[in-house]
Amino acid sequence: MAAMFSQNPIMNGPNYSFNDAPRVNAPEGARQHRFDPYTDNGGSTLAIAGADFAIMAGDTRSTSGYSINSRYSPKVFKIGGTTSDQHDATLVLSVVGFAADGEALKEKLDAICKMYRYRHGKAMSVEACSRKLSMILYQKRFFPYYAYAILGGLDEEGKGAVYSYDPVGSCEREQCRAGGAAASLIMPFLDNQVNFKNQYEPGSGEGHALQERERRPLTRQEVEILVKDAFDGAVERHIEVGDGLQMMVITKEGIEEIYLPLKKD
Amino acid sequence: MFRNNYDNDPVTFSPQGRIFQVEYAAEAVKQGSVVVGIASKTHAVLVALKRNAEELSSYQKKLFPIDEHVGIAIAGLTSDARVLSNFMKQQCLSHRLTFGRDMPLRNLVDLIGEKAQMNTQHMGKRPYGVGLLVAGVDDRGGPHLFEFQPSGMTEEMVAFAIGARSQMARTYLEKNLESFADCGKEELIRHGLKALKESLVQDRELTVENTSVAVVGVEVKDGKRKVEPFKVHDGQEVSAWIEGAADDKEGDEEGSAPAAAAGAMDVDA
Amino acid sequence: MDHRPQAWGRPRDDIYGAYDASYLHSNGPKQATQAPIVTGTSVIALKFKDGVVIAADNLASYGSLARFTDVKRLRNFAGTSVIGFGGDVSDMQYLDRHLEDLAIDEAYDTPEPSDATAQGHLNAANLHKYLRNLMYSRRNDFNPLWNQILIAGLDSESKPYLASVDLRGTTFTAPSLATGFGAALATPIMRRYAETDEEASKLSREEAVDVIRECMKVLFYRDARSMDKYSLAVVTKDGVEISETEQLEKQSWAFADRIKGYGTQTV
Repeated sequence: MAAMFSQNPIMNGPNYSFNDAPRVNAPEGARQHRFDPYTDNGGSTLAIAGADFAIMAGDTRSTSGYSINSRYSPKVFKIGGTTSDQHDATLVLSVVGFAADGEALKEKLDAICKMYRYRHGKAMSVEACSRKLSMILYQKRFFPYYAYAILGGLDEEGKGAVYSYDPVGSCEREQCRAGGAAASLIMPFLDNQVNFKNQYEPGSGEGHALQERERRPLTRQEVEILVKDAFDGAVERHIEVGDGLQMMVITKEGIEEIYLPLKKD
Repeated sequence: MFRNNYDNDPVTFSPQGRIFQVEYAAEAVKQGSVVVGIASKTHAVLVALKRNAEELSSYQKKLFPIDEHVGIAIAGLTSDARVLSNFMKQQCLSHRLTFGRDMPLRNLVDLIGEKAQMNTQHMGKRPYGVGLLVAGVDDRGGPHLFEFQPSGMTEEMVAFAIGARSQMARTYLEKNLESFADCGKEELIRHGLKALKESLVQDRELTVENTSVAVVGVEVKDGKRKVEPFKVHDGQEVSAWIEGAADDKEGDEEGSAPAAAAGAMDVDA
Repeated sequence: MDHRPQAWGRPRDDIYGAYDASYLHSNGPKQATQAPIVTGTSVIALKFKDGVVIAADNLASYGSLARFTDVKRLRNFAGTSVIGFGGDVSDMQYLDRHLEDLAIDEAYDTPEPSDATAQGHLNAANLHKYLRNLMYSRRNDFNPLWNQILIAGLDSESKPYLASVDLRGTTFTAPSLATGFGAALATPIMRRYAETDEEASKLSREEAVDVIRECMKVLFYRDARSMDKYSLAVVTKDGVEISETEQLEKQSWAFADRIKGYGTQTV
């Protein structure tokens, strides 16, 4: 039977058609190169909510492997202003991970904020925007935006609000959050310095008698220093973090942008 | 007895070569209240007379922002205008997303022109019952003003008025045509309001309730363009401008303009 | 007469294996570029006071074979910007055609610009955004255009603009940029002269061109997929000047004297 379909000239029969040729798969061990749609552009972000402000920060380095693409490539963006220069924006989005996805996410959210403004005649609240962002991320659950997003703003009561996300849209409002390459370096520092974890009243005793240090909201000045310290630490220990620190301070007066240099090594 | 047999759909010409459905749509534009637009070298303004159906009702909006650099004034069916407005917003947004720039006005107006033309050549469709004045700025020559008609016709204008009794406003604009190019924002608004007043029916006045003013501008300073985004002014914001236009009823002297401008600033602040 | 194809030169299955005709069948999974085939190597660019200098050699390689030696990898866009392509050459040529269409569409609406600052045209920043969207949407379709692209020109404020976009849609801008091998070899040299935009704005055109020529030389010395014939373009507000017949001069292979594998060694 098999001989019928063979193209070996020794055999007899009308075995000419290309269709008769058995399909040959790639030989054992041969590997086809597959396109990987993702890459990691490094960098780190950080957000802290205060009593009447929120600070969003990120370093400005963009990397590919061991090389630095750019020393100034911002990953903290104003969102939802009336114009493209975002002079009257009230929200800030930071994205870290795969920069192209991060940028696409930012553009998409900004367009949605803009349409919201057209339809409702007012800016989107940080609560509404946080939900929408979660939906956007989840809608691409099976081809996710590989970006760790943090959304910052002031809530309806004027308190600082920070919402953090994973790439598929899990979302939580938090007091503070670090994202990206140096998240694991910065987050424990934040736990200790913002939420006063592992800080106890001196002399309050031992073991269960230990009294936790009372939590209090930090001032803007304290937070700014904290952010700088966190990044200075991250720069020392992580190669993908450095060059510049971009900070957005959201208050009821608007958004103030601060740029500080970081080590470029 | 003399029933018109050629106006049942927009795909049939009359023996005289007319398409009645399209002409009726143009009539719908004339039913709308008047809107005036003027463009100078630095600004484009739209002013509109708003109508209320009855004393107890609110006033129908006439001016709509499309994108930061462009807006429209409408005369005719408001709901048809909304369809066009939404379409224009989407187009501007997607152009900005794709190229990162303001959509050139000519491109935008051509798009709605083609969209409207489609409705005049297909069985079962209805032309848009609305005319538009599209005012905006782009980097192809600064401020622009375009007229749009339900037939799909679009045309760039220096100054124009559409809607009920708009002929009187156009007459005013024609008389003052030469002066517009060098007008500043305040002078342009004053001209606009004066043109608008020409079209008012007897005993009607411009009030803060029935007047809307929108401005968009561009300033070029040592190579840098600074766009003054399209903004619609209603209510108390327009009171100083209305007074400014009332001050000298006959004269078109430019001398009084700065005073009116200063007055407007005071109220805005 | 034996009229079986095998008797007329068709390779015998028992010797060469069956003919794999799978590519002739239109059913089955859609094919997309999974690897670049004919490739161009580095593109390098540097901003200076009034514009940007950009260069790329004229070689298109087929693997390690120097296949085409007169391939222009810098492209003038509408007389306002220059685009430099690294990576797959067929994808570059596709983009080239696509951009030609775009430029023509743009030219319908507005007259030909007299210089690179001409308002109303797509400037380098607009073009970069467009290409980013194009590349990113292709990567979203898992059908990437296998290139890394540099876009050189002026932005909306007539300041020098230089940015990169790659097959995944990743973008960044910097005073100096290089693709491929150049990222490792040329970037450090260019950064010596223009670490920041401020430093770049002090460079004269001549200085910038010299730095770029020096970098091309280093790349020729160290990148095996490079060539000594290259294209060099300068974009300023006066327009685009592209020279496609540059030749590396004053080469010195003295450094290779004692390195095994370089040059003509007898042992």
